[in-house]
Parts: sequence; C-alpha cells; structure tokens
Amino acid sequence: MAGPGSNHAPGPGSWRGILVPLLLPTWAMIGIFLLLPVLLMAVYSFLTKEFRGGVEWEFSLAAYDQFFLNRGLFGDEPPTVEWTYITVFARSIAQAAGATALCLLIGFPTAWFIATRPASSRGIWLFLITVPYWVNLLIRTVSLRFLIRENGPLNDALMGVGLISEPLQIINTNLAVQLGLFYSYLPFMVLPIYAAVERYSFAYSEAAADLYANRWVTLREIVLPIVRPGIVAGCILVFIPSLGAFLAPNLLGGAKNFMIGSLIEEQFKKSLGNWPFGAAVSMILMTLVLIVLFVQARAATRQEVR
Amino acid sequence: MTDAVEIRNAVKRYGNVTALHGVSLTIRDNEFFTLLGPSGCGKTTLLRMIAGFEDVTEGEIRLFGQNIANLEPNHRPVNTVFQHYALFPHMSVIDNVAFGLKMQKVAQDARRKRAAEMLEMVHLSAFADRLPAQLSGGQQQRVALARALAPSPKVLLLDEPLSALDLKLRQAMRVELKQLQEDTGITFIFVTHDQEEALTMSDRIAVMSAGHVQQIGTAQEIYEAPVNRFVADFIGETNLLPVEVLSVRDGRAEVTLPGGHRLQVAAAGQGIGKHHLSIRPERMALTEAGDLQAVVDRVVYLGTDRQVIARLEDGTPLHLRLQNSDRVAVPAPGTRVGLAVEAGAARLLAD
Amino acid sequence: MALRNVRHYPGFLAMTVACLVILYAPLLVVMAYSFNDSTSITNWGGVSLRWYADVFTGPEAPRFKAAAWNSLTIAVIAATSATAIATAAALAMLRAGGFKGRSLTYALINLPLMVPEIVIAVASLIFFSMVGLTPGYLTILIAHITFCIPFAYLPIAARLQGIDGSFEQAARDLYASRAQSFFLILLPLMMPGVVSGYLLAFIISLDDFIITNFVKGAGMETLPTAIYGSVKQGIKPNIMAISTLMLGVSILFVTLSYLINRKGQKSL
Repeated sequence: MAGPGSNHAPGPGSWRGILVPLLLPTWAMIGIFLLLPVLLMAVYSFLTKEFRGGVEWEFSLAAYDQFFLNRGLFGDEPPTVEWTYITVFARSIAQAAGATALCLLIGFPTAWFIATRPASSRGIWLFLITVPYWVNLLIRTVSLRFLIRENGPLNDALMGVGLISEPLQIINTNLAVQLGLFYSYLPFMVLPIYAAVERYSFAYSEAAADLYANRWVTLREIVLPIVRPGIVAGCILVFIPSLGAFLAPNLLGGAKNFMIGSLIEEQFKKSLGNWPFGAAVSMILMTLVLIVLFVQARAATRQEVR
Repeated sequence: MTDAVEIRNAVKRYGNVTALHGVSLTIRDNEFFTLLGPSGCGKTTLLRMIAGFEDVTEGEIRLFGQNIANLEPNHRPVNTVFQHYALFPHMSVIDNVAFGLKMQKVAQDARRKRAAEMLEMVHLSAFADRLPAQLSGGQQQRVALARALAPSPKVLLLDEPLSALDLKLRQAMRVELKQLQEDTGITFIFVTHDQEEALTMSDRIAVMSAGHVQQIGTAQEIYEAPVNRFVADFIGETNLLPVEVLSVRDGRAEVTLPGGHRLQVAAAGQGIGKHHLSIRPERMALTEAGDLQAVVDRVVYLGTDRQVIARLEDGTPLHLRLQNSDRVAVPAPGTRVGLAVEAGAARLLAD
Repeated sequence: MALRNVRHYPGFLAMTVACLVILYAPLLVVMAYSFNDSTSITNWGGVSLRWYADVFTGPEAPRFKAAAWNSLTIAVIAATSATAIATAAALAMLRAGGFKGRSLTYALINLPLMVPEIVIAVASLIFFSMVGLTPGYLTILIAHITFCIPFAYLPIAARLQGIDGSFEQAARDLYASRAQSFFLILLPLMMPGVVSGYLLAFIISLDDFIITNFVKGAGMETLPTAIYGSVKQGIKPNIMAISTLMLGVSILFVTLSYLINRKGQKSL
C-alpha cells in the first residue's frame, strides 16, 4: 500500500489547496461510521443490559463480570472463575493457532515453489492461488461443508476407491474448522512469504552448499532466518482473522466448536440478546488482537536494532 | 605431483546455446591460476562447474585425479569466494567463518579456534561478533575469504572478488591475495575481466573468449607472445598489421607489410597466406631508415609516455609509445619517420 | 544431482499441487453438482440445468431475486461512492506533500482492515441502534461504503504513486486549471487503478456476509444472507446453482481487474 513519504507533487496551489474537501468524505465515513461506533461499543460494554435486549444507560461492570466470574445461583457465594467463556476464547486461540500452522505447513512450500518458477509464469501461479479467495467466503465455506459431509462427495470418492469402509466423520470436528479457516485465509500466508522469498538471494544457498550444508540444513539455518519477516507477517495475517471468524466455525464446527464469533453473534439475536455482554466480548477480542500486534511490532523493531 | 584440477573437453550447453565449447586445461597444485576474459566468455560458467553449481554437459573435471563432475557441491573439497560475498546476514562474522566447519561436524571448540585463526589471518579479529551489514565492502570481502579458507579446501575458487571494491582497495587486495596464496599453498583459481589484475597476480593465465580458451601461459608469455588477434588485442595495446606470409623456412617466415616492406619474423606454425602481425607500441623506435616508413599524425602527451599516432604509406594506422625522457626526440606532426621494430617484437598471429 | 540447483526442494511441488487441489476441489464439486439432475444432493442423476431454472423461476425465486437485486444495487452504489472517496483520499495523501495529520489519516484509511470483521459488525449495529436508524437498506449501504474505502484505495494509490508529477506540472504550465489537469491528464492515467479499485470494492460489497447480517434487520436480504439462511436449513441443489453463478461473477470480475491492471502496467 502506498504509504506516507511517497511521490510528493508540485508545490502549493496544487492539491494542497483543496486538501480538506478531498479528505472530508474519508474522515466523515470512517470517523463517524467506524471509529465512533467502535468507541461506542466500548462504552456499551460498561452499560447495563435491558430486559428486552438493548441497553439501559447505567454504568455497570456486569458484562465483564459475567465473562470472567461465576457468581453462583444465589449471589452470596464467593465468586469463582467462570470458565465457560474463557474456554471459548482458549478454543478459538487453539483453532486459530492450528489453522495458522496448517497454512504455514502447506503455504510455505507453495510460496517457495512459486517464487522459484521462471519470472514469466509466477504471475499465473499467483493468480491461480488467489482466484478461489475471491469467491464469496460464504460460498467457499458452504462448498467445503458439502464436500466433507458424511454422505458427501469426498467420502463417496474415498469409499468408492476402497481407501475406507465407513464414511469419515470430518464435519463438526476441530479439523473441519481448521480446514475452513485454512481455506479462508491461505493466500494471506502465501503472499507475504512469496514476497520474502522473491527478495531472497540464492547466492546464500549456494554459499551454504559450497560450505558442505545439505539442502535441508540450508533451509533451517540460512533460508528460514532470512525469510522470517515474511513468515511472521503471514502468520499474523492468518491468526488474527481466524480468532474472530464466524462462518467457518458456524458452518463446519457444529455445537461442539463454539468460538468467539458465534459467541458474539449470539448476543445480538433479538430475544436472547445481551448487548453489553456482546460488546464486552468484542472488546476482549480487540484487546487480544492488539496484544498480538503489539508483541509482533516489538519483536520486529528489536530485530532491526540488533 | 598430480595436477590440482584437470579439465578435459568440458562442454556446457543451455538448450541450443553453447557456453563452453570443449575446454581443456590443467591447473597445477599451489598455483595462482586466472581465467581471464570479457563478459560472456564462459569463465564464470567454468568456475561454477568446478564448484558444482553447473552440470557438466560433456567432459570431465578431475580434482587431484578424481572425477568430480557428478559430485554434489557440498561433497567437493572446493570452496568459493562469491562475487558479492554472500555472507549470511543473520550470523555474526565468526559464525559465518565457522559455518563450513560446522557442516563438517567439527567440534565446537576446534571450530571456534580455527575460525579465530582465520580472522586473525585476514586481520579482522576485532570484528568477530559484528554482523556483516556493519562491515565495509573490503572487510566483507576478507570475511568471505576467511570463510572459504577455514575448511582447508584443496582448491579455492574466486569469482571476481575484487570487482566491487574501489581502485586503491583493489590494488591493496591484489597484493594481499597473492601473499595469501603463497602462504597457504592452496591452489587459487581466480576469475576476472580485468587484465591488469590477471597480469599482476597470476602464475598462469587462461585467456577465454566466446566459450573457448584462446591461450594459456604466464603473464609474460601472453603479453609478449600472443597467439591470435583476440589475445593480442585484449591484453594491453597493440598494432595489428595485416600481412602476407610469403614463405616459411626453419621456423622463420618472410612477410610483406602493407606498403611493401618485407620483414623476417619468427613463425609458429603459420602457413603462407594472409595473417596479422602484432607489434606492441613500446617495442618500436624512431630511426633514420627502419623497417617501416610512416608519417606522424599527432603526438599525445600521457605524462609518463608520449603516444605517437602515425600512418604507414598506404594509410594503415599505427601507434608508438615513446618514454618521456630527454633522450628521446619527439617528432612533429607531419614529419616522415622511420620505425625500427625490435628484434622478436613482431609476432605473427594464427589469424 | 539437483542440489546444484539450490532452488529445488523435493516435495514442494507436491505440496503446491495439493494446495491447489484443496483450494479448487470444493468449488469444482459444487459446480459439478449444480448440474445434477437428481433432487437429492447425494446421488448423481445426470446433467441438467434444472436448478438454474429453479433459481430463476422456482418457489424461492422471488426471495433470491429480491436478495440479488439488493446485493447488486448496494454493490454498485457502495463501489461508486467508495471509489470516489478513495480517489479523493489518494490525491490528498500522495499529491499534497506532507501535512499535519497525514499519518493519522493513513491509519484511519487502514482502520477497517485492522479491526476484525465481527467487531465492525457489532459496533455498527450498536451505533445504528443508538442513533435510531432502522436497520435496513440504508444501514447496509452506509456500512458497505465505509469498509469498501480501503479496498478501493489500495489499487488507486498504487497506481497514482507510479505516475510522475511532471505530467500535471506540464499541464499547469500550459495554462490548464486544476480541474482540467485532473480530468484531462491525471484521471486518464489513473484509470486502470480506479477501475481496479472499483471492481475490488464491488466484489467486497457483493460478498460481504457478517457485517451485512448484523445490520440488515429483519425482512431485508442480500444474496449472501439469503444463501446462509437457506443453508442453515440444509443444503439444497438450487443453492449450488446460485453458488456457481456467484462464483462465476466473482472470477469474472477478478480476472477483469487483473487484466486491466496488467494492461495498465504496460502503458506507464
């Protein structure tokens, strides 16, 4: 993305004069309809839930309380930790981590392979990898669900070929969710790694071979450390959206794989709604995302200083 | 003593393009051998074939008698100093130098000791824990050298290692490299396009062009006795005069120069017919009569020398170098002069 | 022998192929089954276009037609607005030199990409509820325009960055007004980026599910939400037909965007 410090133009009297009109729509739209709502959401997480859904404007920590603590049925017992929601978060983190690992395992060799093709064909390979991404995520997830269903084509094919005798129960498992997340975000892993490998100088690999390293040692000792920023970028770009994903867990995971996205969605269905709680969960998710980004940024700058 | 490297009829083809046409040469042990030629002549391809990064389409490559053409590069006891050094950016200098030893499974203590020794040898001990990015170009080059020498290779390959350095540094490094080769006794195979480098550093030089070896010899042999027009022209400056060989007898040929003069020169297997004569500009003197008659066009002042640009009677251009000293008279433009060619200075070329 | 080719790693080609297979298999399967003649999705009954017909004329057709109409009109309006806004923003960011608040603006433009989609969905719902806007067409539209801006911005800014400032200077030097130099010189040069941004915003809007689902209210459907609702009741063959149609549209638009970008590269 074209960032600050780019191609600056003719001096005053050019676009600088109408700077404000140019930027006002952007500030207005994103400021009013994104930034403000997020801040409002933060406020809502500290309000009281209204009986019919919606909120009462009264400060309360009830939402966060409900998330972290279990006050028992009668409220006069000492509060214990409420594990239900924390478990949901833990599960989401685990699933996101699993999806990231899957993307890395398959995405790294793919990115390496494409980056080492002759320059003329690289574009085509990249195009092939990204085309499925541009298909509606809902449709992609539905397609995957259709494919791996108990009486779906995958099981039919495997049984037809004789590899298995009974249909595999893939749907509604962890694997299904991770497959769904993998399917949703794979290009986000491949593209940064591809960019990093493209910048990598193969003279390093030759030097390592010249000094008696076999190709796998070279991969581990030389390539990976040099390409690491791309790998980290890819992991972040897969992990964070996976945390808050809704469709993959919802359509592929079933009741047992309840994740953050579903938890939040549930709070806003009219009859069962608990808006402050939903807002609170969203805030906690945002905090988690910010922590991950912060840690990664710190690690990146620390590496540069070295 | 077995030759360090023997290349027999090496051919390299990429599709329908041939980069090397049946190259054969031998490189002796403890020799500083240079592959010299313009870009595209195949010298780097040949070097990479010895290192193991290019397949040998046809032919053999023997290292101390053993055919290594099918060996993986990490199984050949040959190490390379790469053109842009390829120092691993994420490892410290000393870890870079120790890398080959680590791959050879040398114990950590022995590794560190050897790496430290190598750094000492290139005078970079103080930089052991720095990262390559923190070093200057000249320093990086020396680290690359230390790294390649640490595993005690039988042969060291150097791919234009000085081309990225500025002039003064390059000149200093030439002396250092030569000294290093003499001290370690390891065979150095050096690739360059810079003939001054080749002439000053090498024990022997192979001049290459368009995938062929044109001539192999010491600096003196190549300079004073070039075998063909390419070598005569590529190394130093020369006058190429088209001549007709009239007769050849007892290793001497009688040739006719443009303008009709006849000259007796040493023959080296050429037959009668049209050839070229190579005469170095500093091997002619002005004289009363002389072998050739010419008219002076211009005299160019070059500090140490004067370059006299002249024309033979039939218009063939010629130039001489006269040392700038009181003993040598400077001709004025337009005067007729006689040129004497030093005995043996006129070389009859194969083409 | 291949070690001398340091680029080669055994097994990586297989992984790449496996990757492509995993990516395309579900889509191809759905496409194949959309032509299935049988009413049951598990048995293959032969090739037929009946489900495509069903989409357009069957019992659920009116619902899908309405949803499609909503999706399309919203996408057109959102893409147009987002592209215009993003173009203006790009001009400010890349052609007005440094100004106070430039970094902040850059962060703002990127904000929709940084915040998880579900959080945007929740926040938007809360906002509209508080402001008193009834969830419906308008709320969907507003939300779409907002999160489409960065997607339109990306190709436009990339393209603008590659255009040398001297063209506009030459135009102004030859007495063109700012508007003239923009419409006659700069905009035509920027066009591939603008078109690319438009197509990108269009697809993003057309495909959006989560945010739309939250802010649409009852009674409103876009194509993705309609499909979702239908899928929740069980995958029916007509869903595959619709999916294949949407698949085709997406691929068409992305290919167009890619080709326009490619052609644009050659002209600069």
